Amino acid sequence: MDTRVSKKKLGLKDRYTAMTRGLHWDTTYQPMDKVFPYDTYEGIKIHDWDKWEDPFRLTMEAYWKYQGEKEKKLYAVIDAFAQNNGQLGISDARYVNALKLFIQGVTPLEYYAHRGFAHVGRQFTGAGARVAAQMQSVDELRHYQTETHAISHYNKYFNGMHHTSHWFDRVWYLSVPKSFFEDAYSSGPFEFLTAVSFSFEYVLTNLLFVPFMSGAAHNGDMSTVTFGFSAQSDESRHMTLGIECIKFMLEQDPDNLPIIQRWMDKWFWRGYRLLTLVAMMQDYMLPKRVMSWKEAWEMYAEGSGGALFKDLARYGIREPKGWKDACEGKDHISHQAWNTFYNYNAAAPFHTWVPDDEELAWLTEKYPETFDSLYRPRLQYLREQQAIGKRFYNNTLPMLCTTCQIPMCFTEPGDATKIAYRETEHLGDKYHFCSDHCKDIFAHEPEKYVQSWLPVHQIYQGNCFKPGTDPSQAGFDPLAAVMDYYEVKVGEDNFDFEGSQDQKNFNEWRGDDGLGEDE
Amino acid sequence: MSNVFIAFQSNEDSRPIIEAILADNPHAVSVHSPGLIKIDAPDELCIKRATIEEIIGRRYDLQEIHVSLVTLSGYIDEDDDQFTLSWKH
Repeated sequence: MDTRVSKKKLGLKDRYTAMTRGLHWDTTYQPMDKVFPYDTYEGIKIHDWDKWEDPFRLTMEAYWKYQGEKEKKLYAVIDAFAQNNGQLGISDARYVNALKLFIQGVTPLEYYAHRGFAHVGRQFTGAGARVAAQMQSVDELRHYQTETHAISHYNKYFNGMHHTSHWFDRVWYLSVPKSFFEDAYSSGPFEFLTAVSFSFEYVLTNLLFVPFMSGAAHNGDMSTVTFGFSAQSDESRHMTLGIECIKFMLEQDPDNLPIIQRWMDKWFWRGYRLLTLVAMMQDYMLPKRVMSWKEAWEMYAEGSGGALFKDLARYGIREPKGWKDACEGKDHISHQAWNTFYNYNAAAPFHTWVPDDEELAWLTEKYPETFDSLYRPRLQYLREQQAIGKRFYNNTLPMLCTTCQIPMCFTEPGDATKIAYRETEHLGDKYHFCSDHCKDIFAHEPEKYVQSWLPVHQIYQGNCFKPGTDPSQAGFDPLAAVMDYYEVKVGEDNFDFEGSQDQKNFNEWRGDDGLGEDE
Repeated sequence: MSNVFIAFQSNEDSRPIIEAILADNPHAVSVHSPGLIKIDAPDELCIKRATIEEIIGRRYDLQEIHVSLVTLSGYIDEDDDQFTLSWKH
C-alpha cells in the first residue's frame, strides 16, 4: 500500500521569493534601460537589484487576505458608529474641527501617495522594490476611501467638510500639504521614496497617527480611531520600505551618500514643517488630551528618530540639517500655528477658539519654559477682547514662505520673540522664506520652486475670484470675493467656535445649556 | 543602546500577542494609552509563534499580527516561527 506523502510547504522566505522575485523577468526585445528609464537620472547608482531585501515577507495572496480582514473590522465599526449616532458621544463639538483639518488636508495626501506609488511601482528596475511600492499604492487608495467614508458621517451633521476636494486646490493653508506632495511626486523615484517612505513615514508619521488617534479614542471618536489605526497598520510596512530603500542605496555605491544626505536634509524639514498642523491639532483641538506635541516629539522623533540616525551613522549619514531647530521648535510651533489660524479664521473653513482655563493650565504644565512667558498672555488678551465684543480677525493677507507655503509665523532659533525672515534673489525676483532650511531647499532647485502656486500672491494677482467679478467696483470686498471663489459658506464654515452653528446644534442635540457639563 | 518598539490596537486579537511578547522578552515594558498598547525594549524584541499558540490553543500564522499592528521601529527579521526587531548599532 502506498503511503501518502504530504508535500512540505515552502517556508516563508522561499514562498515570498517565489511569489515576487520569481515573477520578474529581464526583457529581451528591448533593453532593460529603455523599459525602466527613470531610476538612473537622479544619479543613484545601483549595481545589483537582487541585494534589495524585503523585510516583511508578505505575498500578494497574504496581503489581500489580511487587508480584507482589516476592512471588515473597520467597516463594522463605521456602521455601528453611524447607527448609534456616535457623533453625539464625542467629548465636545470643538473636537470635530480636528477632523475637518484631517479630511481637508491629510486625506487628499493619501490619494497623492496612491498615485506616487503607482508610478514608482512601475518604474523601479528591481522586482522587490516594485512589489512593495505596488502594495503601498493599493494601501494608500484604501486609506483615502476609508477616511472619506468614516468622516462623511460627520459631514451630515457639521459644517466645514462639504467641499474638501474643491478647497484642497484653492484654500490658502491647504497649499501647504498640497505643495509638499506635489514636490515629492514630481521628483525621481528614489527621491520620492526618500521623501515619503523614509522622511515622512519612518521618521514623522507616528506623530500623526499614533498620539493623535489615541486622542480620537480619548474623545469618544470610535470611528476615527479605528480608521487611523487601520491605516497605521499598513504604515508599518511603508516605514520599513523607507528604511530598506535608504540602506539599499547606501550599500550599493559610496557615490550615493551625498545625494541621499541632501534629500534627507530637505525632506526632514519639509515634513517637519507640514506637521505643524498636527502639532496644533494635538495641543489645541483635542478637548481631552492624551499627550502634548512636545511629548510626542520627544517620544517618536527624538527617541525613535534618534536611534535611527545613530544606526545610519555607520554609512556616514548624519542627522538632518534642520534637526536641532526642529527639536527647539517643539516648545513653540503648536502655539504659533494656533495663533495664526485664530487670526485668519475669517478665511479658514473650520473654527478656532481661546482655550478655557483648565486647558490653559494643561498647556502651562506641558510647556513650563515657554507657555506662560510667551503664549498665555496673548491668548488671555484675545479672550478679553472677545468678551467685550471685539473678537480679532486679521483682514490682511500674510506673507508666505516660498518653500513650505506657511505664513511667516515661526520665530528665530534662540529668540522666540522675533519672527524669522529670510530672503534671496533669483533672476531679479525676490523670494521669502520662514527659515534657513526652507531657503536652502529653494537655493538648490530654484527652477522648481519659482513655480510655486502661492495662494496669497494668487489672490493679489486677481486669480482667486469667480469669473465676472469686478474688483474696481465701489465697495468691493476682496475677502468676501475670495470666500465666494473658495465656496466657503461665510458664517457657517468659518469664524470662532463661540456662537457657531456647530456649537448651537451640538448643544441642542445633547440637551446641554452650552455651559459645559451635561446633566 | 536604543529602544525598539512595537504597538498594537488594544483588543482581544492582540491580547495573546502582548502576553507572549512580555513572557518571551523579560526586558520589555508595555505602556497603555487609549486604544493602544506600546511595547518598548532595549536593542531587541522577539515575537514567537509557539508562545502565542500555547496561549490561544490553536495554530497561529505570525502574519496575523498585521491585522492589529499599529506601528514599530527597528530592523525586521521574519520567518514562519519568529518575528524579531533589532537595531544594528
